[in-house]
Parts: sequence; C-alpha cells; structure tokens
Amino acid sequence: MRTATRWWAGALAIAASVVVFLVPFAFIVLQAGKDATDASRLSFSWPEQPQFVQNFIEVLEARDYILVIAFINSTILTVVSVAFLVVLGAMVAFVLQRRVTRWTGLINFLVLAGLIVPPAVVPTIWVLQGIGLFGTMPGLILVEVAFGLSFSVLLFRAFISSIPRELDEAAIIDGAGPLRLFFRVIMPLLRSVIVTVVVVQSVAVFNDFANPLYFLPGEQNATVQLTLFNFQSQFNTNFNLLFMNILLITIPPLVMYVFFNRQIVAGMTSGAVKG
Amino acid sequence: MASTTTTLPPVPPPPASQPRATRRGRRGSPYPSWFYLPAAVIYVGIFLLPTFASFYFSLTRWNFNSSEFIGLDNFVQFFREPALVKGFVNTLVYGVVTSVLKVVLGMALGVLLTSQIIGRGYLRSVVFFPVLVSTIGVGITFTALMNPTRGLINQVIGLVGVTGPGWLTDPQIALLSVALVDVWKGVGLATVIYIAGIVSIPQEYTEAAAVDGATAWQRFRNVTLPLSWPATSTVVTLSLIGGLRSFDLIWAMTRGGPGFTSDVIASVIYKQYQAGFYGLSTAGNVVLFLVVTAVVIPLTRWLAKKEVAL
Repeated sequence: MRTATRWWAGALAIAASVVVFLVPFAFIVLQAGKDATDASRLSFSWPEQPQFVQNFIEVLEARDYILVIAFINSTILTVVSVAFLVVLGAMVAFVLQRRVTRWTGLINFLVLAGLIVPPAVVPTIWVLQGIGLFGTMPGLILVEVAFGLSFSVLLFRAFISSIPRELDEAAIIDGAGPLRLFFRVIMPLLRSVIVTVVVVQSVAVFNDFANPLYFLPGEQNATVQLTLFNFQSQFNTNFNLLFMNILLITIPPLVMYVFFNRQIVAGMTSGAVKG
Repeated sequence: MASTTTTLPPVPPPPASQPRATRRGRRGSPYPSWFYLPAAVIYVGIFLLPTFASFYFSLTRWNFNSSEFIGLDNFVQFFREPALVKGFVNTLVYGVVTSVLKVVLGMALGVLLTSQIIGRGYLRSVVFFPVLVSTIGVGITFTALMNPTRGLINQVIGLVGVTGPGWLTDPQIALLSVALVDVWKGVGLATVIYIAGIVSIPQEYTEAAAVDGATAWQRFRNVTLPLSWPATSTVVTLSLIGGLRSFDLIWAMTRGGPGFTSDVIASVIYKQYQAGFYGLSTAGNVVLFLVVTAVVIPLTRWLAKKEVAL
C-alpha cells in the first residue's frame, strides 16, 4: 500500500470512527455533567454548569442508595457465578476431553445445544419456585451458571486438548487421585484460559439484563442493569442522573477492557471459532 | 524335571499406590465420571428440564399450581393475533438484517483493519469496545440520540436541510432503528473474528495474486473472501442466534412499541408472562426454539458444506 494511501485512508477511518463510535460515549459523559434542565435538551453541548460530583452523589443517593445496593448485588452475582463457571466448566471439559466414552457424543451435543437453544424462562421459574429459590440471589446465580456453562466448557476443552497426557500420567504414577490431579496439576496450567473465561463471563454476567429481570424481581434485589432500566421511568426529567448512571455502569467493563483487552478478544474469537 | 525347591523370583514389594488402589476396590479412573455431577445437576435442572417441560406446558393453560391441557390452542392464538404474528415476523426480519449487516460491515472493517493504514491499533480498540458496554446503557443513549426533534442524529441531518425521520416513533422503521443500534454494538465482535480469520490466511496467496497482476478488489474477491469462509460462517451463525433471541436492546429502546410494531418473540414471551398467560408465554418459547433450530441447523450444515467445497 502506498504511503499516501495509508495516511489518508487512515485519517478518514479515524475521523469516521470518532463520529460513529466516540460521539455516543462523549454524549454520555457530557450529559452526566449537566444539570437537569440542560440535560433534558439532549443537545450535544458542553454543560453550562458542570456538576459531575454533584450528579455522582445524587445518583448514588437516589431511592435510598439503591445504586450502591445494586453494585454490591451485581458484584456478588458476578464473582460467585464466574467462580462456579470456572471450576465446574473446567471439571466437565477435563473429563470430556480426556476420557472418551459412548456418552461423549451426547454430552458434546448437549453442550452445543446450550449455546443455541433459547432458555425456556417460565418453566425455569417454575423449577426455581419448586426448590424455593425463585427471586433469590442463589437462584439467579444457578441460572447464570446453567446458561454460561456451555461457553466455558467449550473454551476449556479446546485448551485442555493441548495439555499433554504425559503430565497426567506422571502425576498419577506419583499417586495423585483425580482431585489432586485436577486442582494441583491441571488447573495451574489452565491459568491463561481461566483468565479469559473469568474476564469474558464477568462482563457477560455484569451486563446481563434479561435474567435478573425474570428471576430476581423486586426492588431490594436489584442489579445494576435493572436499576438503570428502572431509572429510565423515574428519571425521565433527570436525564443528567440517568446518564451519570450509564457512565458509572460503563466503568467496570472499561477497566476490564483496559487491562485484559488481549484475553477478551482471544476468548471471544476462539470460543466463537468452534474447534 | 521340576525341582521341588524351586525358588520363586523375588517379588518386588508392591508400590506405595497399590494398597490405596486395592482399598478403593476397583481402580478408579483419574478422569472420574462424578466430575460431571455438579455441573450436570445445575445444567439438567435449570436448563434442560425446563426446556423439555416447555413443550408440555405450551399445550396447557397454566398457572404453576395447576395446568389444563388445551392442545394447540396457544399456538393457534399465537399465529392468529396480529400482535403476536407481528412479533414472529419481526424476529426473522431483525435476525436477518442484523446478521447481514454484521457480516458485510464486519468483513469490510476486518479487511480495513488488517491493511496497512495508519491507526489500526486505535481503530480496533474503538470498534470493539461497544461490545462490552451495557446493552441497556447503549439503548438509553441511542434513544436520546434518536429523539425525533432534539436528538443529535436528526439535528445533524437537519443541518443539511433534510428532516430526520422518527427513528423510534415511526411504526414502519422502529424495529430497523433498533437493528441499526444492534449492529453498532455488535459489529466489533464480527470485526475481530474476521481479523483473526484474515490474519490466518498465508501471505503467499495474496502475494502470488499480486505478482500475477490482480487488483486489490480481485485479490479480495478471489483470495481473501473464500479463505475467510470459516470466519464468515462463525459470524453468520453467532449473529443469527443472537439476533433471533434478541430482547435487551428492543426492550430498552421501544418496549416493543410503538404499539407492538417492534415486538419480537422474546418480548412477546415477556409480555405474556407479565400478563399471567404462562401457557401462551411458554408457547412463545417453543416457537422461538423451533425458529432458531430450524434456521441455524440447516444453515450450519450448508455453511460447512460450502467450506469443504472451497
């Protein structure tokens, strides 16, 4: 490619990217700093009287600090779900990859089905009600784990196939039982995949809206996505607070992205290109 | 002749693991089946069981405590009421539109971002970041930007003297407006998948084509496009599955409105659930299941066949 082409094509692409991809985020930031009347004009303008800190405090205090509760709930949900997804997913992937039986085909099919088949929500509510976990955080955690297992198993299985069996055999000869083999030998070797699974699934669970909507109704149990959605109706005259909320919710994935860019992209492309 | 005092060769002492094995009885595999158990309990109980149950309950009028078998009445209602039929049609439209746009734009961006232009690193980051942002946040932001009078998009269009349409208020285009936002958010994922695919094409092919005098377009058409088929296949499948099942963005931006003109099956399921029509809602789930599997499975087969042929 000629140098001139490299430069003007690049400049054009950068300009287009700013308009298409950066302007909406700039809009969020600008709106988050305005006062209520200024924000309701929805114009792409600098705040007349910047009040970021005031909006920040006001949004946290709204409805008895529901946003703080929501952040706590979302954090608990994300951390616990992802922990289960990593351990359980790796366990399944490990045995699935290492030990091929006549059930392996069926299990592979069921795992793939988990990616395609839309979950039947009302029957799931019925099951959760049956075991008394509907509308509770543990119930929602089980739901997130159930729906996220397929992706995790696929990611782990692809990677485990690259761990030589000789390592297993060496550990077994040394007297390791399955648990020690798995947790002391295999899991440390899976470190990079674990990071990928943790990061990708954390973002997915944190941003999940439909599952908390169905399985965690009720004000006190809110997650950040639910509170944002509910604020839409409450703050229809306080667009500044609404957008401050959006800004706050965007920060955790942004932090994840800044630090784990490579892992996120690798995880989402490798999990996508099924091996 | 056999000696009566044959001494057996010394038997080596059993290795330390042997007593443990015999204590366990049959020597267990280092890959025990019970490793499946915790995951299986959750997966079967919370995902597979409800999916199977949905087929039964879609044939009932249901309220969790009691169910009354009514045969295919729910499905008949689903395809007779205009609101529900519209949801069915919209789902297909939404799935196809978002997939096609993601494939075309993702491929274009993939080619652009694997070329030699300046600012590739920045461009890749900026294009991908929306994938990670909260869908509700994106929905609210674009609802504000698409406001017919005060929104930024129509303000900019107005500068050229054209009156911008009512993106989310016009029943004809509300669904398509949401689809465009969906593409905005999701094209980054398609792009990185394409980048991975294009980067894996050995450079010898494109270089050989260039040496043979092929133009940039010909190089793309005859080398890049066919050899990035796995990426295309993946993007189409993923986008279609996601698009057909889409709920969050539509719910955040229009709630299926105006009226029910931007409803999709997923939002119909929710609305029926909210209204207490559990059987009808479950029937919607079954319809969605059938739509997704009926579309995705033949599609994957066809894509795989074309891949072999190429």
